[in-house]
Parts: sequence; C-alpha cells; structure tokens
Amino acid sequence: MSSIQAVAKQDILAIVDSYKDENTPLMMILSEVQNKYGYIPLEVQEIISEATGIPVATIYGVVTFYSFFSLKPKGKYVIGVCLGTACYVKGAQQVCDKFSEMLKIKPGETTEDGLFTIDALRCIGACGIAPAVSINGKVYPKMTVDKVPQIIAEYRNAEGGKA
Amino acid sequence: MELVNIKIEGHPYQVEKGLTILQAARKCGYEIPSLCSFKDGKCSLGSCRVCLVEVKGARGLVASCVYPVNEGMEIIISSPKATAARRTSVELLLSNHSRNCQQCRKNGNCELLHVAKITGARDDVYQGAQTPATFDDLTPSIIRDTSKCILCGRCVVRCEEAHGTGILGFENRGFKTIVGPAYNRSFAESPCILCGQCVNVCPTGALMEKGEIDLVDAAFKAGKHVVVQTAPAVRAALGEEFGLPIGTTVTGKMVAALHRLGFAKVYDTNFGADLTIMEEAAELVNRIKNKGVLPMITSCSPGWVNYAEYFYGDLLDHLSSCKSPHEMMGAIIKSYYAKHNNLDPKDIFVVSIMPCTAKKYEKNRPENAVDGIADVDAVLTTRELATLIKRSGIQFNKLPDEEFDQDLLGEYTGAGVIFGTTGGVMEAAVRTAYHMITNKEADELLKFEPVRGLEGIKEASLDIDGLKVNIAVCHGMKNAKVLLDEIRSGKSKYQFIEIMGCPGGCVNGGGQPYVKPCFLPNEEDNILDTYISKRAAVLYSEDEKQVIRRSHLNTQIQDLYKNYLGEPNGHLAHKLLHTSYHARVRFPKK
Repeated sequence: MSSIQAVAKQDILAIVDSYKDENTPLMMILSEVQNKYGYIPLEVQEIISEATGIPVATIYGVVTFYSFFSLKPKGKYVIGVCLGTACYVKGAQQVCDKFSEMLKIKPGETTEDGLFTIDALRCIGACGIAPAVSINGKVYPKMTVDKVPQIIAEYRNAEGGKA
Repeated sequence: MELVNIKIEGHPYQVEKGLTILQAARKCGYEIPSLCSFKDGKCSLGSCRVCLVEVKGARGLVASCVYPVNEGMEIIISSPKATAARRTSVELLLSNHSRNCQQCRKNGNCELLHVAKITGARDDVYQGAQTPATFDDLTPSIIRDTSKCILCGRCVVRCEEAHGTGILGFENRGFKTIVGPAYNRSFAESPCILCGQCVNVCPTGALMEKGEIDLVDAAFKAGKHVVVQTAPAVRAALGEEFGLPIGTTVTGKMVAALHRLGFAKVYDTNFGADLTIMEEAAELVNRIKNKGVLPMITSCSPGWVNYAEYFYGDLLDHLSSCKSPHEMMGAIIKSYYAKHNNLDPKDIFVVSIMPCTAKKYEKNRPENAVDGIADVDAVLTTRELATLIKRSGIQFNKLPDEEFDQDLLGEYTGAGVIFGTTGGVMEAAVRTAYHMITNKEADELLKFEPVRGLEGIKEASLDIDGLKVNIAVCHGMKNAKVLLDEIRSGKSKYQFIEIMGCPGGCVNGGGQPYVKPCFLPNEEDNILDTYISKRAAVLYSEDEKQVIRRSHLNTQIQDLYKNYLGEPNGHLAHKLLHTSYHARVRFPKK
C-alpha cells in the first residue's frame, strides 16, 4: 500500500472512530467519506466494514440505495440537472439531453478527462426558477437548451482552455 | 407468561402476548401462507406481503408475520378481501419471476409454487418488464439465479446470523433491487465460504447447489470403477426426502439404494473419519509435546477452512494439516485400495455423498490431490442422492437394510459416526488422544457431555494423566470469531478447538434436505427448533450401538497403518492425508 493510500486509510478510520458512540453510524460515516473524497470505492467499503463489523454487502447496499453516494469518482464539476416535476414540464429533460450530447456521457457518468459529471436530480426545491441546473452549488435558473454550450465553455475556459 | 384474548375467524383463543399474528395463528391451528418469514419471525422482513390478513379496526390489511397480537384483536384470514389480497401479492411476485418451473430443480420444494397453489394465484395475470437478472455458477458449490429471487431476504438474514460475514445483501433500489454479494459479484469473487445455509432457507430456486449427478453418470458411462462413500450426517436426514419423520435412521436403506445404483463399492466415510482421528490426534499430541502452534483447530469442515483463509489468514498455522475425512478416504481408495485390487487409480472414480455444498469446492482444491490425481471426483449432496434414487425408480421405503461393504475399508467405529454433529470430532479425538498419551482408555469419554448440544461455544478441561488440556467447540462463524479473536490477541486458553461451519454441524449442512414446515404437515410445530438435535440424536444412538467406539481400535485402520502407511503423521501418511492452506483476498481486483 502506497503512503497516500495509507494516509487515506488512517483518515477513514478516524472518520469511523468519530461516530463510534452512535447506534447506527453507517449513514454518517458514508456521508462524510462521500463529501470528503467524492466517492466510496470497494477498498474504502472494506476498511469501513473491518472497522465497524458491518458486512461489505450491507454497506454496498446502502451506497447503491441512495443516489447521493457514488461508487466512482465524480468529475471536478458536477452538473446537477433537476428533473423534478416543475423543471421537467418546463423542459429540463431536453436540457439534460443537451448536456449529455455535448459531453458524450449519460447521467451518472463522468467525462474521460474527469472534468464533468452529469447528475439527474429529483426536485431540488427551486421550482420558482425552473428548469434549474446546479453546478458545484452554483445555480443556473431558467435554463434552456441554448445556454448549455455557453455554460460548458465557461468551465472549460476556467480550466485555461486545456480541456 | 402474559396471555391475551384474541379471535380468529370468530373463534376465541388465548395466546401469549408478544407473538405475531402469524405465530399466534399457527398455535391455534391456522396456517397463513408466507414466504419471507422463516423461523420465529426472525428472518421476517415483512417484505413478501403474502401473509396479509384482516384485523378489525385496523387501517387496511396487515402483514401477519410482523404484526403483534393484542388484547381483543379480531383476525380474519378467510374474508374475500384478505384472500384476494394474498392472491394478488403472489401474482405480483410471479410477474417478476422467471417461471420456468419445468426446468427448475427446486420444483417440488418450491415455496412460491406452494403459496401460488394455496392462494390460487396464476402466473400470467401481470405481464411486463422484468428486473435484469444475474446468473452466477462460477463456484463449484452454489448457483445464484436472481430471475427466481423474490427478495424475501431470508438468505441475507441467514448469512449474517450464522456467520456474521454477511456475504449477501440487498443492492440497488426499487425495480432494480437484487440480492447478491457486494457489487453483484460472483460468490467466487467474494469471501463466501460456500456453506450453503442460504440455499437451505431460499423459498425458491434462486439459490441452489450446483448439481454433479451428470459427472457421476459420465463416469459410469466411461466404464470407470465407481466407488461411493457417504458422510455420517447423510443417514440422519436422507429419510426426510422420502417422507420419513425427521430423526429416522436410514443407514441400511441408504446402503441398499447405493448398491442398487450400481456402485462398485459402498463405503462409509466413517472409516475416513477414524483415519482422520488417528492423524489429528497424533498431530495434537505432537504439537503439545513439542511445543508446536496451539491451539490446534480441526479442519474437517471446508466451510470453516474457507472462512479461515478469507478472514484469519494469519492464524492458518493453527489449523490441523489433516485433510477432511472424505478426502482421506478418497486418497486411500486411490492408493491402498487400488493397489490391493490391482486397479489403476486413474480408472477409479470416487463419489462422496455429503451434507455439504462446500465439499464440492473442497474436492477441486489442488492441495487435495496426490500426484495430480484428485482424491475425490464428485460430491453429491444428500438432496442430490435423493434425486438419484428417485430417478432410478427405487422405492426407498421398501428397501431392506443392507450393510456397507466390509472389505479393506469397511469397518468403522462409533467415534467416526458422531463427526456429523457439533462436538463430535472433538469427542472422537479426545477418546483417541487420551489413549495415545496414556496407553489407557477412559470410559467417561464415551459420552462426553460438555461438548454435546447446540450451545454456540462449549468448553471443557481434561486431565490426561496430569496433562491439562483445555478444549473448546463451536459452530457457525459468528461463534468461531469469538475464539479466533482470542487467539489473535494471545488470550486463548485452549489447546484444541473444534470448529464447524454450519450451525449444529454437518447434520444441518447446506446440502441436507430442506426443512420447510409447509411441506411437513406431520411434523411437530416447532420443528425448526428441534430438527438439528433430532438428526444429531441419530448419530449419537448409532455411536452407542457400535461395539468399537474408539478410532484407534478399528482393526482395518490398524491394518492400514501396519501394512501400508506406517506411523500416523509418518512420511506416506503426510503425502496422502495432509493438506495445506493459504490466505485469500476477500474481494480480488477485477
């Protein structure tokens, strides 16, 4: 195990340890790991399993049940397209499809360069500005298909045009 | 015990407070069909919705497997509303089921078919998309076919409860939900110990043993010299497949059936068990005398060995290097027996009838072969043997009692018989170890109570001519974990430990006849609590009936050492009868 992995292991064990007094700590542990590392791979599930005694199958079950958790690393920019009812009737699906078309990935996938992930979300509570898109917390109100290329370019430019 | 007054179908009953409606109804003589509930509601996740009943005053129908009775409750099972709801539940389960019952080996033991029949459910009422299915037959032991899974969760609970390893879990969500090892991997790519306890509780054909009857057929067809051996636990349960009460001894009929099936020789694995005891007791005495690695742990149970390799790779030196009894038997058949009968070992095909699914894997291990020739060629479960007998037209219950073949490897002692139950290997081993150390016999070891029974961890202290030996016995990996963690932390006080993979030992192995109350109308109500001890009682009574009850007094074993092997743990014995272990990665990288 390389030293970076060893550090990560210590870090994850510390997270597990911080919830040792909880009756059902799994959700809290997974949330913190997800937030910190952006994904929860098998190796990490094994570390959590060993430390908590919760079987890997159970942990995997929880990770795959909630869309908040991810098994694979997400991109640097996570494009959350709300497909809740209000956004949907105002054309969010077309917006989502446009992102897919331009980035050549499906919702839930990440571009090969690791820059973008598309997440199809349930209602994010921004129905007043439907259809809403949120990228790393920044909200884009009243989205249209036409705005998509411009937004992608904005982030690519921020990367110095490399990507 | 506090009682409550309830009414079922308008009749008043008094039942224990705290029972579920399903349990109370059973006690009062009603049977409500159910799939997710297995034992005492323990496995019941309330997930299958088949056991719906009406409760006066309750909103909607209730799932009787999880709903507790209370004072004054009025339960209606037979109303049109309740019967229609139960039928719909089953029809919905069938709508996402592969429904190829004709090809399914579970047909006849399928609880889904059973409840479909009882509720009047039809399989074609709801048509539509089906959950994408996984078919896993990569291990030699267990097949998983999620197209037949009804997501009841019995296997998930069983795996976690018996072993604490929890290989199986629910994964994904909604319509895509399936039950499987993490990442929907094969059992072969996850730390499954292949014990088959999940197979025993599965209500459908989603989890089954991998059949090997074809291998046996092919061996006969190829003109091989086919020798069969049967494990002790098989005789204690095979009768159940033919409608006999649980706890019926069928040794004689089983042997008669095997003779009629055309096997060249019908031997008892008990001979192998006696041989195991000779080797294992010698190994133990050697380790104690020469300050070897202690505690020594038995290695007869392949489920346990798998567990050790996956989870306690650092403690493998504690495992006895002895092969398991049927492997030893196979190795001797292909050497000593072959030589004696002028046979080429390559022409001999050894079939083991085992109560076990993990034995199917064990026989494929390269360590369990001598000079490239596998000790055992096919392993059939008790259930598969029943299939073989039924297929051949033999009327099992009408068979006379016959004896195992007696030549060369035919004699066995009471010590070998009790190998099939938790505590049995220990009891057999101490009978012989006592003799090896003292050259005397101890009659109190012929009924060594401290290691009998179903308690999770049993222990005892022996004084063998001043030498104090602490022993422990456990079954199910959840219990094993306790003893193993003690060893790991250097706090174990034992010199010898017996570990069996399945709860109760081999009598409750993953290859034994299904104990499903819905198919056993003539058994007592609490059969799920008692079947293990009833099967074990068969073995203990067979031990008592034997004249010779100590492995070292088996005269054919004595001849085997005198004429062929030399000393226990000697050079040839090591080559033929001992094996090795290696730590395994739980989730190999793909």
